[in-house]
Amino acid sequence: MLGRIVFFLCLPSVLAAQLCKPNAAEGFKVRLSIKTALGDKAYEWNRNQRFLFQAAIAFAMSHHLDLEFNVSNILVCDETPRVSFWFVVTSPDDPSRLVGKESVELAVRASRGRINNILLLNDATLEFVGVLPTLAAPVKPATPSWLIVFGVVIGIVGAGIVFLLVSTVVQKKRKENEVAEEEDDDEEAQMKRTAGNEGIYNTSFSESDRNTQM
Amino acid sequence: MRLKLKLPNPGLDDRIPSHGDLEKMEKDEAGDRPQWDNKAQYLLTCVGFCVGLGNVWRFPYLCQSHGGGAFMIPFLILLVLEGIPLLHLEFAIGQRLRKGSVGVWRSINPYLAGVGIASMLVSFLVGVYYNTIMAWIMWYLFNSFQDPLPWSQCPLNANRTGYVEECARSTTVDYFWYRETLNTSAAIDESGGLQWWMVLALIAAWTVLYVCCIRGIETTGKAVYITSTLPYLVLTIFLVRGLTLKGSTEGIKYLFTPDVNELMNPSTWLDAGAQVFYSFSLAFGGLISFSSYNSVHNNCEQDAVLISIINGCTSVYSATVIYSIIGFRATQKYDECFGDNILKLMNTFNYPENNITQSNYDEILTHLNHTSPDVIQGLSLQNCDMQTFLSQGVEGTGLAFIVFTEAIIEMPFSPLWSVLFFIMLFCLGLSTMFGSIEGVIAPLLDLKLLPRSWPKEVISGLTCFISLALGLIFALRSGNYWLALFDNFAGSIPLLVIGFFEMISVVYIYGMDRFNKDLEFMIGHKPNIFWQATWRVISPLIMIFILIFYFVTQVTKELTYLVWDQEAESFPTLAERYYPQWIYAMIFILAGVPSLAIPIFALYKLIQRKFCKKDYSDSTVDTISAKIQMSDKMKF
Repeated sequence: MLGRIVFFLCLPSVLAAQLCKPNAAEGFKVRLSIKTALGDKAYEWNRNQRFLFQAAIAFAMSHHLDLEFNVSNILVCDETPRVSFWFVVTSPDDPSRLVGKESVELAVRASRGRINNILLLNDATLEFVGVLPTLAAPVKPATPSWLIVFGVVIGIVGAGIVFLLVSTVVQKKRKENEVAEEEDDDEEAQMKRTAGNEGIYNTSFSESDRNTQM
Repeated sequence: MRLKLKLPNPGLDDRIPSHGDLEKMEKDEAGDRPQWDNKAQYLLTCVGFCVGLGNVWRFPYLCQSHGGGAFMIPFLILLVLEGIPLLHLEFAIGQRLRKGSVGVWRSINPYLAGVGIASMLVSFLVGVYYNTIMAWIMWYLFNSFQDPLPWSQCPLNANRTGYVEECARSTTVDYFWYRETLNTSAAIDESGGLQWWMVLALIAAWTVLYVCCIRGIETTGKAVYITSTLPYLVLTIFLVRGLTLKGSTEGIKYLFTPDVNELMNPSTWLDAGAQVFYSFSLAFGGLISFSSYNSVHNNCEQDAVLISIINGCTSVYSATVIYSIIGFRATQKYDECFGDNILKLMNTFNYPENNITQSNYDEILTHLNHTSPDVIQGLSLQNCDMQTFLSQGVEGTGLAFIVFTEAIIEMPFSPLWSVLFFIMLFCLGLSTMFGSIEGVIAPLLDLKLLPRSWPKEVISGLTCFISLALGLIFALRSGNYWLALFDNFAGSIPLLVIGFFEMISVVYIYGMDRFNKDLEFMIGHKPNIFWQATWRVISPLIMIFILIFYFVTQVTKELTYLVWDQEAESFPTLAERYYPQWIYAMIFILAGVPSLAIPIFALYKLIQRKFCKKDYSDSTVDTISAKIQMSDKMKF
């Protein structure tokens, strides 16, 4: 009688041991790189941290399948000093039956960010071997920022060009007026002088055509 | 026995202003040529023209690949024997004859005007493709105003499970350069269409250039205060930043470690000579133009020596800065490579973290090789070699847009460094473009091809617009390959040919004696034996050697180019392809037309003289008195 009781008591753990093994069909290998992620603040991987991991997976499974998973449904085995291990998920209704690999994968992917945060790791340092990470798309603003800078530069340059062209035109007009005035002044001055000397100003030697045109 | 070789050159005195005329022009401040506001503007413009992108991305590569510190020896020797004499020659002849390149050579002898025309064509072709590089720099500059930088991440693929394949197989910086910037095709004949963002960048580059060149040296003279000085400031900032990064000393050591055996290699000397020649922007005609705006008694000898020293020092300084950053990048990659290997070993053999480090990696690996060699084989561990990382793709556009950008994303505050770096490159290139544009516009004005009444603004606008239109070829998907073609053929052999003819013309056709007297008149003393020896014999010989060797190497080697082809086996390394047949016609146009302009124009002039039998003066009397505008008020 006692033997049978012992047998039935040992059965779950034996079953568990058989359910969770390396390269299990429905299991996943997990690798943690705690020291790489946290450096000085790295925590020691012990039984409590493992409990936290199991709780996180249980949360992910419950969240995804909308069933009530318990920490005891997550079986962990084959731990190594690397900090890597295998885990399988048993069904809450029947502890001897494993939940399929695809559901586990989908559940983990859906709550990946949450699981990472619970363990203070990220996609690279908490590796689920075989599960593809969901990558966050890079944020793209409505107008690419380079167009904005381009617009600013072109605006400034365009304003500069317009300013320079306008100032050239204005300068030229001013010079024309000045020269015209000077010529008139000259002519008048010449005429006054000659008038003062009681003579007639001979325009054939006037200033305006100083250089012989070639 | 004195070397009195001089070719007959009748009528020279009628074509050039005499010393007396020059004095008069100087005193009356006459002439319609523009003038520099002050000496600093002139020096900064010349320094800006000489110091360009080549100092940053060609010289360091040559230094490193030809024996590091030992490369300084051929570089300095050829700088002194080839660079300084040619520079002094161009300065002196421009200052003496007071014209742009076409005017100067035409004054010396009407048959030589082809030299000036060749200069103009080369300046134009080089300007077109050089400004495209400026457009690329502006594109990267515009994209630097965001965090994280766009070349630090790969875009995701369609179902968001991973990165785009092209990016995953190469690197983020490669992808950004070849796909998002150039959108390059796989061959030069697959032209693709115009890339609209590249067209916008080109428009930006040409309008910025236009606003700076709009009134000739009046506006460029102001712009060079910034464009010629800012690069030095940024280089210093980068030097300080670089030296504080891990691994920078590795880079500098790699750069300067001398390998004296390289001095025996003739290609070292050839590359040094070519680098000195191109680095001084000789034979473009721009330097002659700039000097012609100087006062007659400006000490051009001092200027030549000063600018040469500045150019040489800038090359060495920027090489140091660049290689400190490259050393940093190489160390990062080396650490990454090691980290990858260590991770693989850790994961396979379940070692705890931090058990394997770089120091005990080798012993652990040998131990594991003994115990389980087949597992180790299956891991495909990479061979991490610092030297490989240091020697990766470090010249030309590859340096700026791939290697350096990769280094920048590893630095903290990357957008700041990116903006600074690309502003520096932009200023370096812009000041060189000023010289190019001058080398196109001054001959146009000398040739009197355009109506006199057109103002300067219109002429520079027209030049920029036509160059922009031609430059659209580089906005195609195959634009990068076209640019490499232009760079290899338009900016190489024609310049050497022109440079050689310049020397021969001044020394043997203008006459060394006359040139000596001119220099005595201008700077007060006759040029000493060093100048005599280099101008008459040494520099022309060096030019001839370089020209012949260059020509022979170009003609004998297979004409191939490198493509970015995803289908190629060597991807992501660039694959080598042969040029299609019709490219040979393009090469002939690029290299042959400017070079052949010299003899063809001489021939044309000969035929014109023989068959037209008109009087030997030009239709407009080109005398000095026509140019001197007497002041309106007569001073009796």
